[in-house]
Amino acid sequence: MAVAYKRPHAYCDVPTHYCPGCTHGIVHRILSEVIDEMGIEGDTIGICPVGCSVMAYDYFNCDMIEAPHGRAPAVATGVKRAKPDSYVFTYQGDGDLAAIGTCETVHAATRGENIVVIFINNTTYGMTGGQMAPTTLPGQVTQTTPFGRDTSVQGFPVKVCEMLSTLSGTALAQRVAVDSVPHINEAKKAIRKAFENQKEKRGFSIVEVLSTCPTNWGLSPVEALDRLRNEMIPYYPLGVYKDVNVREEGKEDA
Amino acid sequence: MSERSLMKGNEALAEAAMRAGCKCFFGYPITPQTEISAYLAKKMSANGGLFLQAESEIAAINMVLGAASTGTRCMTSSSSPGISLKSEGISYIAASDLPCVIINVQRGGPGLGGIQPSQADYWQATKGLGHGDFHILVYAPASVQEMVDMAVNAFDKADQYRMPAMILADGLLGQMMEPVTFPEIKPMEYDKSWAASGHKNKREHNIINSLFLTPEVLENSVIERFERYRKIEETETDAEIYLCNDADIVVCAFGATARVAKSAVNLARGKGIKAGLFRPKTLWPFPVNELKDAVKTAKKILSVEMNMGQMIDDIKLATECKIPVSFFGRTGGVIPKPMEILDKIVDLGGDI
Amino acid sequence: MLNEIVLAGFGGQGILFAGKILAYAGLMDNKEISWLPSYGPEMRGGTANCSVCISDDPIGSPLVVDPDMLIVMNEPSFDKFIDNVKPGGTVIVDSSMVDKKCNRDDISVYYLPASSLADENGMTGMANIILLGKFIKETKIISLNTLESAFDKAIPPKKKNLIEVNMNAVRLGMEQ
Repeated sequence: MAVAYKRPHAYCDVPTHYCPGCTHGIVHRILSEVIDEMGIEGDTIGICPVGCSVMAYDYFNCDMIEAPHGRAPAVATGVKRAKPDSYVFTYQGDGDLAAIGTCETVHAATRGENIVVIFINNTTYGMTGGQMAPTTLPGQVTQTTPFGRDTSVQGFPVKVCEMLSTLSGTALAQRVAVDSVPHINEAKKAIRKAFENQKEKRGFSIVEVLSTCPTNWGLSPVEALDRLRNEMIPYYPLGVYKDVNVREEGKEDA
Repeated sequence: MSERSLMKGNEALAEAAMRAGCKCFFGYPITPQTEISAYLAKKMSANGGLFLQAESEIAAINMVLGAASTGTRCMTSSSSPGISLKSEGISYIAASDLPCVIINVQRGGPGLGGIQPSQADYWQATKGLGHGDFHILVYAPASVQEMVDMAVNAFDKADQYRMPAMILADGLLGQMMEPVTFPEIKPMEYDKSWAASGHKNKREHNIINSLFLTPEVLENSVIERFERYRKIEETETDAEIYLCNDADIVVCAFGATARVAKSAVNLARGKGIKAGLFRPKTLWPFPVNELKDAVKTAKKILSVEMNMGQMIDDIKLATECKIPVSFFGRTGGVIPKPMEILDKIVDLGGDI
Repeated sequence: MLNEIVLAGFGGQGILFAGKILAYAGLMDNKEISWLPSYGPEMRGGTANCSVCISDDPIGSPLVVDPDMLIVMNEPSFDKFIDNVKPGGTVIVDSSMVDKKCNRDDISVYYLPASSLADENGMTGMANIILLGKFIKETKIISLNTLESAFDKAIPPKKKNLIEVNMNAVRLGMEQ
């Protein structure tokens, strides 16, 4: 009988701790597929953040390192500079990457560190129980914005891809989503492109993945996907914000 | 190079680190240690290593965490306020059982403090460099030569015990020039099979981690580390004992202060006062047995420090408060003078 | 025998370099030596000084508080250090920069218009070295040969022509 669905080797065969309907699993899978397809598991070192994906070191079969909150890009820098021939990725949530770790993120990008950053944007702090994230949408109710995010008090969300696309060291800044099969396919292509960039030493590649957090959003998995489509994508438009490959081919710098 | 050359403490230490096989240095400028960065920026790449100026002390220590995770010898350097910023990373590195070398060329504190020499980070280095139950090895050089010798040793001990090692220097040692010779360094091989450097499809994946959500598992990992610490306390202490055989008064001082104290001890001997000097070279582990030996004939102990009295706690603990311990210190970047220490010795000697 | 020396002046006058040359001279003579600069936020124009110890025995504090010998190149440094010089000590003053005279009679003070001499002899910027020449003449703690080898050691290979330039300034200082 033909195998229709096979677990990628890079994805450990263990139960994860993620909530039902959480999209971390999808991103883990497509990331693992890319590692498998490129045949780079033995040379890949992943860096976990602090946040929901803190225990991702148990889920990926490559060597893994757990970083302090927000510091994954600095840890990845240390790994990549010590072992330039390895493939290094960080896997970070929005609090980790765009709040406490903004400095490390911006500077890793502007140095053009040859690393891949997988950025999970679900507009909330999942692990601590749903507080306001730097990406929380205006009006969004969270534990720490019980009356909705008031931009006159809490300010505005950080648009990470837009911000990082202004930096010369950024090779790829692309926002994708994992709410539908076409979008998942697009996301996987973006991750593949990011790793190809690393292989070709093109610089810093970030793939921002719009994700869901049904538990902390208080929605069913299906409703959560609807929210992603109806509320997040309009605020965080999908697309390529910077791609040095496109520029090299003489096309416009997106 | 066995020839005597004249070098600043900071530069000599940087050269020694390179010779000891340090392949990655991550730093951030801060007075009075910046010569370490400047030296390595110039020399590291020609020696097959990497120098990178990080965006902050926090980033620098986490770059160290990354490079150390791959089994690469690496180092970062800072001065007091910068070490505070690194403390989070140091706790993670200690908890992940990673070897690395951290330099603290101390300046006056607290806060932004000043930029002149100080030893006010003794407590921080030996008792609490970060959250959680852990220790780091702490070496206290007292000369430019010891900046070299201790840096080389620190890399070996860090690898041997898989833990961070700190050189606790100060602005005086960092800035001063003295003759120095570089020892023949025999590269030692350490097991690094734990490293996350890519499994090459030849082994299970390695995980560098400090998170243990089950209390019993975390407790066991800490207990295991403390068993290693006990062994270190038995085997890795080191101290200089000077004129203590018949001493009535033993002056205890470390680092640059010990040089000044030694001058004072010599002056006291000239006055017929039986003074001696005890200088810990390792601050953690503290040389308890060595101190007990040094104070066998002592009626009084005087701790001299460039702070308000920090090492004095360890002296009292080591001697079980059996001998009275007095204190003389200058702080804020003021370097004690030999005559000031002599006056204190004479005061103490008066009623012996 | 321990010689404790302070060199003091404005940043940019070459105070630290002159101190380094003394330290290198001690190195050449196989002595114990230390050199300790003042360090502060000002890179240029502020006061700068350094302590140099040259000794037969290991050196305790590298910070010289009461020097046996003093070279001063500005008035603030003169005011700061002149009273601390040990009795019997030697002081070399750049009198182009310091108008004051010392009223102590327990120390030997030599006044030398080093900055003017430097300008007049095409050695602008080398007042520090001229003072060094006077210093070794009066203190005799270092020979001219040793000083020359100190320059050789301290000056990088690409700039070896500077050795002779410096030695000319030393000789000019010694003639005063």
